[in-house]
Amino acid sequence: MRRLSRALGPAGGAGALAVVVILALALVGPFVAPHGAAERVGAAFVAPTSEAWLGTDQLGRDVLSRLLHGGRSMLLLSCAALGLAYLVGGAIGLVAALAPGPVETALMRPLDVLLALPPFLVLAVLATGSGRGAVVIVAAVGLANIPGIARVVRTAALEVSVRGWVEAATARGERIAAIACREILPNITKPLLADAGVRITTAISLVGTANFLGLGLQPPLADWGLMIAENRSGLLLQPWAVLAPALCIAVLAVGVNVTADALTQPGRRYGGTPAAIEGGRQ
Amino acid sequence: MTGAIAEVVGVRVEAPGGALLDHVDLTVLPGEVLGVVGESGSGKTTLALALLGETPPGTRATAGRVTVAGTPMLHVTPAERRQHLGRIVAYVPQDPVLALNPAMRVGRQVAEVARAHHDRRDETIDTRAMRALRRAELPGDPSFLRRWPHQISGGQQQRVTLAQAVVNEPRLLVLDEPTTGLDVITQADLLAQLRRLRDEAGCGILYVTHDIAAVAGIADRLAVLYAGRVVEEGPTSTLLSQPRHPYTAALIDAVPDPRRARGSAGLPGVVPPVGARPSGCSFAPRCGLVERLCLDAPPPPAHVGTQHRVACLNSERTGSVVVSAPTVRRVSTPSPRTSPSPANTLLVVEDLHAVHRTRRRQVVAAAGISFSLDRDECVALLGASGSGKSTIARCIVGLHRPTAGTVRLGGTILGRSVRHRRRDQRRRIQLVPQNPADTLDPSRTVGEQVARPARILRRRSARQAVAEAVELLDQVRLPTAVAARRPGELSGGERQRVALARALAARPEVLVCDEITSALDVSVQAVVLDLLADLRTELGLAMVFISHDLGVVASVADRVAVLADGRVCETGPTREVLESPRTPVARQLVHAAPRLPYRDVADATSVS
Amino acid sequence: MPRDPLLTAGPGRHHPFLMLCIRRSLAGIAATCAVSLLVFVGTDLLPGDAADVILTRSASSGGGTPEQLAALRAELGLDVPWPQRYLGWIGGLLQGDLGSSLVSGRSVTDVIGSRLGNTLVLAGTATVLLVPVAVGLGLWSGIRQGRPGDRVVSGVAVAAQALPEFVAATLLIAVFALIAGLLPAVSLVPPGTSPLARPEILVLPVLSLLSVMAGQSIRMVRARTSEVVRADFVRVARLHGIPERRVVWRYVVPNALGPALQLLAGSISWLVGGIVVVEQVFAYPGISHELVQAIISRDVPVVQALAFAMAVCTLAIYTLADLLVVALVPKLRTGG
Repeated sequence: MRRLSRALGPAGGAGALAVVVILALALVGPFVAPHGAAERVGAAFVAPTSEAWLGTDQLGRDVLSRLLHGGRSMLLLSCAALGLAYLVGGAIGLVAALAPGPVETALMRPLDVLLALPPFLVLAVLATGSGRGAVVIVAAVGLANIPGIARVVRTAALEVSVRGWVEAATARGERIAAIACREILPNITKPLLADAGVRITTAISLVGTANFLGLGLQPPLADWGLMIAENRSGLLLQPWAVLAPALCIAVLAVGVNVTADALTQPGRRYGGTPAAIEGGRQ
Repeated sequence: MTGAIAEVVGVRVEAPGGALLDHVDLTVLPGEVLGVVGESGSGKTTLALALLGETPPGTRATAGRVTVAGTPMLHVTPAERRQHLGRIVAYVPQDPVLALNPAMRVGRQVAEVARAHHDRRDETIDTRAMRALRRAELPGDPSFLRRWPHQISGGQQQRVTLAQAVVNEPRLLVLDEPTTGLDVITQADLLAQLRRLRDEAGCGILYVTHDIAAVAGIADRLAVLYAGRVVEEGPTSTLLSQPRHPYTAALIDAVPDPRRARGSAGLPGVVPPVGARPSGCSFAPRCGLVERLCLDAPPPPAHVGTQHRVACLNSERTGSVVVSAPTVRRVSTPSPRTSPSPANTLLVVEDLHAVHRTRRRQVVAAAGISFSLDRDECVALLGASGSGKSTIARCIVGLHRPTAGTVRLGGTILGRSVRHRRRDQRRRIQLVPQNPADTLDPSRTVGEQVARPARILRRRSARQAVAEAVELLDQVRLPTAVAARRPGELSGGERQRVALARALAARPEVLVCDEITSALDVSVQAVVLDLLADLRTELGLAMVFISHDLGVVASVADRVAVLADGRVCETGPTREVLESPRTPVARQLVHAAPRLPYRDVADATSVS
Repeated sequence: MPRDPLLTAGPGRHHPFLMLCIRRSLAGIAATCAVSLLVFVGTDLLPGDAADVILTRSASSGGGTPEQLAALRAELGLDVPWPQRYLGWIGGLLQGDLGSSLVSGRSVTDVIGSRLGNTLVLAGTATVLLVPVAVGLGLWSGIRQGRPGDRVVSGVAVAAQALPEFVAATLLIAVFALIAGLLPAVSLVPPGTSPLARPEILVLPVLSLLSVMAGQSIRMVRARTSEVVRADFVRVARLHGIPERRVVWRYVVPNALGPALQLLAGSISWLVGGIVVVEQVFAYPGISHELVQAIISRDVPVVQALAFAMAVCTLAIYTLADLLVVALVPKLRTGG
């Protein structure tokens, strides 16, 4: 615990705390919400009262309750998309690194084109081709991340694959799969983690954007992105209906990014072993 | 000492865990080369920086002073220090590829240093730059000046850094391992040029290196640094012929020499890291002459002759007693073989062609290489750095697909790639890779890694393989507790021994060693070479030993094949080839190799 | 090596840079073809084609009989195999025919023509401001790495980078329009006028785009700069007594700038998504309204045309940045 807090530093600690709070809000929220997500409790756009702490939305639903219900979808969709992207992208990257030549070209060239496409375009094309919904969001966010992940994994794996211990494993005739899992994967976790922080942030951002634009989840579902979109017309009357979900997304995204940034800082240089100053012992 | 160009008095540089340098006193006279010799962790880089008034990040100079040409370098403002840097004291960095600005033309790089210390309208800047380039023996024509650093050779890059250093005619040059990474011939050129430079310019030179043989040919005086202290200092000839500190003696003894085919004695253990240094003499844990008094306080330096100082309580005994540390010296004279006998032949490489591709260019590593290896024999492949020797090693074990040619083991032709070789064939040839930093998987314990080959190649049970691994660690003289550690906790020499144990776990017949000692300090290298010799006699291994170092080759190989341009240009018994090379390529290589000039004298007294 | 004809000046000298330009441009064209295929396949081949969409739309009751569907397919040319349709689409694009909307029947050129200019104004303003801000602040904070100025800039950048555009825009509206009342919360542009006529309506949209994009580009430029600052040649330059200002301008900046520009191109490709969102939030009359509506109503030709146009812009920016990097880095320029 102490090691973790030292690794994070004050800013990272605050970020991590913020992430934990929002995660708790999103996961536990639906069980403690005073009202159902689609339940009308009064008139539309009523300012906060002692009954409805954050007021009501454009259909007269309790904003606090919808806020508590609306975090899960964003987290689940982001996780599903990234999980998919890491499975597919990671596999492609590893194979490309271990099978150079035509296999590598066949795998990586199309991905390079995909990498040049803005993530939003991937979403736009898929949503047009197969309609709106949660599946499209997961597919689009996943697809947008696959080329980047494949590249990071391939670069890291390539660097490791020429190391002595991998050569030794190859020379004793270990199977490719064993080399990938035993010799390479455990040694590329650092660059993968450094890259993952930004990926989580952008995935959250893209999922939120899709829902906000109405390309993903549909009303009357409670979702932070959707809430902002549907209540924008009442921004002047009842700003909390928009600001509360906006702040939640902001705190989550910023928290993740700050934490990841703190974790991947190279640390205080020369704070550690004095041996490093003299170039270590070799 | 009067008239000194540089004086270091009682300098102590402290890092959070302890002192990197302590009680360092040194002087450099005008027109003199002072060689500072030290292994990893000795503090030599810190000392070089201290002469420039700099300390490594996170450290401080807490005592002493450094003056160059009467100017204090430590404890001055950055602005004052900048005035002196490059003008009265100049620096020649270790790696010229990294030290030159990739976005600046070569001529400009030199002129920029001149401009730092002259008015920018000064018309002499360009003539100064030209003169410096000439002095560094670089062409001064405009087309050369307009080149970018990546467009000139490694030797030329090193000369450009030299020109940068001399452009303002400094009083003192500080060279930090300037020959690391250069092949022997380029290195010999650079050393010759440094000698001329000193004679012409009359500046003092402080030459910091780990390579005692390279600096011996150029230094007027030598200082030996150990664990942050100067343990011995004196005129080069005296220090090399009559070392008075046991460490110096062991260090000199550990340097393999092309002309002496014998096992070199090593120095077990490592330099104690900062923060774990004993309160007494830092060398005591590795010293063969250690006494109770040595453990109380660091011995003060004492004069033992003109200009000869030693920090050892037992300095009288060092000269007379056999200087070796606790290991038993082995005089393993390789049995002379005149020609390979066909009946005994184990491995045959025939007309091997291989190309090594890097991102931009192709290196022809082998253009028709043939050699054979007998049982119990060690054949060395000797060639310049960067000539693609590793590719040949990888072809033999099946990691690199040759474009043509065959590798035969015991009469059978082996598949070109590992995937086409049977398990038993893979078992019989084992590779020990080059770089101790990455030869072992950092995320697994040593025991696991040494056990693995027995499981895969000899189908041993997990239990049996682990038990064997522990035995093997013992066989390579490592404590069995090492099995539970991860490679990050081991020193370079220890890791290389683990790599050997891992190769031995397959019970191979042929060991292919690819530059396995090139990244190690000489004292550690000697220990590893010693171990190799033992293993050969114990296990009857045949060995292909790849190296660029003549001294190392001389001490391990029965026969040697000299490589040039991807071919074997000369082959024969080691001693014969190294003593009287017949081809020009081999002759050039042998003559460029640095060697200790006073060794013959030392040999006469210490070898029976 | 020294006598390599590629390196020495002289009449017989080749032009590695020119060759590179040609090669990169060809690669860009190849990528454009690949992208056009991806866009076409993605929008057209997945289950449900345009005929389904039109029929579901026109006949809200039932969705039409199989005969009607077949007839409509024939009319729209959907009954021919897709490679043929793809070639037809490409042929149309080359002649400037972007197709016509399934919903309104108007030609795509018509639908977006008047609004494209507004979008370009917004995108152009953001880009013009982004480059100096990102390069300037990135270099500045990379050079003074670890000092207070850098900590502030990096801290703000880390936070700003994480915000989705619609959240940043919403928060900016809350602060500047609702609380301070300084700027309009929506950016309405009367038809026929240019948004440049009322610059105040551009402030918040541009700020929203910048806050997010600048965050990530500053961080990338800074990372590259601090890498250069730690390089050996910078340390050695200081040891030669070269003044700090000179070290920065002659050693750090030239080596950090090239790669930094390449990274910046990546940020600008984010702009494509960001601009759609920001236009929606501020009700700015750009192409995004049409695009989002087209996606929702699955108006394939409109999405295809717009997606392809956006992709081409992005690829063009990448290629341009690539060439700039080659021009700025001697080692690449001289083909070494």
